[in-house]
Amino acid sequence: MTGYYLNPGLPQPAATSDGLDAPYWQGLRDELLLVQRCHSCQKWQWGPEWICHRCRSDNVEFESLEPRGTIYSFERVWHPVHPALKEQGAYLVVLVELLQADGIRLVGNLLGDPNQPVIIGSEVSGVFEHHNDVDNPFTLLQWRLNGN
Amino acid sequence: MERTLRGKVAVAGVGETDYYKRGQSPDAEFKLALKAIVSACENAGIPVEDVDGFASYSNDRSDPSHLAAALGCKELRFANMQWGGGGGGGSAAVGNAAAAIISGMADCVVVFRALAQGQFGRFGQGPRRNVIAGDMAHTVPYGLMSPAQMFAMKVQRFMFDHGVEQNALRAISLASYEHAQNNPRAVMYGRPLDEATYDASRWIVEPFHLYDCCQENDGAAAIVLVSAERVRDLPNPPCYLLSAVAGSHYRAGASVHNAPDYATSAFKTLAPRLYEMAGVQPDDVDVLQSYENFTGGVLMSIVEHGFCEPDACNEFFVKERLLAGVTGESQLPLNTSGGNLAECYMHGLGLNIEAVRQVWNQSTNQVADANVSMVISGPMVTPVSACIFGSEATQ
Ligand SMILES: [Zn+2]
Repeated sequence: MTGYYLNPGLPQPAATSDGLDAPYWQGLRDELLLVQRCHSCQKWQWGPEWICHRCRSDNVEFESLEPRGTIYSFERVWHPVHPALKEQGAYLVVLVELLQADGIRLVGNLLGDPNQPVIIGSEVSGVFEHHNDVDNPFTLLQWRLNGN
Repeated sequence: MERTLRGKVAVAGVGETDYYKRGQSPDAEFKLALKAIVSACENAGIPVEDVDGFASYSNDRSDPSHLAAALGCKELRFANMQWGGGGGGGSAAVGNAAAAIISGMADCVVVFRALAQGQFGRFGQGPRRNVIAGDMAHTVPYGLMSPAQMFAMKVQRFMFDHGVEQNALRAISLASYEHAQNNPRAVMYGRPLDEATYDASRWIVEPFHLYDCCQENDGAAAIVLVSAERVRDLPNPPCYLLSAVAGSHYRAGASVHNAPDYATSAFKTLAPRLYEMAGVQPDDVDVLQSYENFTGGVLMSIVEHGFCEPDACNEFFVKERLLAGVTGESQLPLNTSGGNLAECYMHGLGLNIEAVRQVWNQSTNQVADANVSMVISGPMVTPVSACIFGSEATQ
């Protein structure tokens, strides 16, 4: 057991060289979910962009948000397309819509039994999964069903 | 000025190489492109040197200047690439070529696509880098990296919203395989598929079984387009382009699965424009080729083009309705060559060629009186595209 949801060896995430999503990745290291909010129209947006897509202001900052949401969609993956997952077996990927954040969504894994039934609309909370044993440590944001 | 493509450009000829399983082509990718283009010109009765334009999509590696040089074209006047990945550009490339001809930028434009994945690596695999940045950094570390995995998420949500059952996807796959049994060019010719085999097949990613997923193939395909005036002097019967559209809905390209309207094939805004330009309704469509990266994309495409209400998929998607060999008012013959699932995955350009064959009365699964022949290219990516071909009867 590695303590990670997926077997190690997948490509490791890093901030883009232009720095656009760097606060997001640093936030996860610090156990904070930081996503973009426009300070002109106060709306949240994701994925990361240089300006607000609603009012075109470039006064867009990263703000923290509670990592809570609902399962918008999901998939149970069976066929591994990366060598690191050859021995993985089935795993669950969820698309989570964050609460009170203008409908923005994040991709993650649903912790627990990969064969569990998954119900769209279920409430989930974020779990920070730190990967410290690599050259450039990073943190993933995973999800757990509320009440579990 | 009337702004339409309708009836102004026609397909003069089509050409294909043999189709191979992925990595099996004896020819290099560029040679495959050359062979398909020469074959299409022969079919059209047009000297190869008269080709003065090329249009392709999905970052095809066969460069138009190099093609023109290798083919000995007298001059090059149009070299066009439709942006975007997957097969979303197949019908867009046809539209772009037509626009060049109508505007006078070129006279004889070849739409082509060539693939030799043995030479250049595969689509359906995850990235092999150690570190990943950008959009993929937000999905790949969670094991979401292949096209099947990207699109299953959309299809799952659509099926949930509309109570779509697995058998609706299965019907699409069964129809393609049944059509392929009459098509000697099909990679799956002689390899029929039945319900039990589909049901027993392994999951790739729920809700896609193995048979819901396209093949990966080597080969090349080409279509020669000229003006409607010129095509009347050429040997093939006319096959007019009635309309073409390309694009997607509001913020379809929002990254990390954030498109506001998410569970869609991306045709909701395009389909009305497609029909309006062509001057037809869904009821007028005699035969449909709809790009199958995955069956779920076909299902959503057919819904969004107005053939079926979203909540009626379980009744609509039965194999018999989709077969060319069955007649009746409620038929929608689908992917009559076997399509990407069972003929060949030539990034969908084979679907455009099959649509032309239907108008020419030359399909191996010919639909009687196929006058309005439609192609839907590349669902769920952005931009997507679609086009409609018509026989002389539509003019
Ligand atoms: Zn704003």
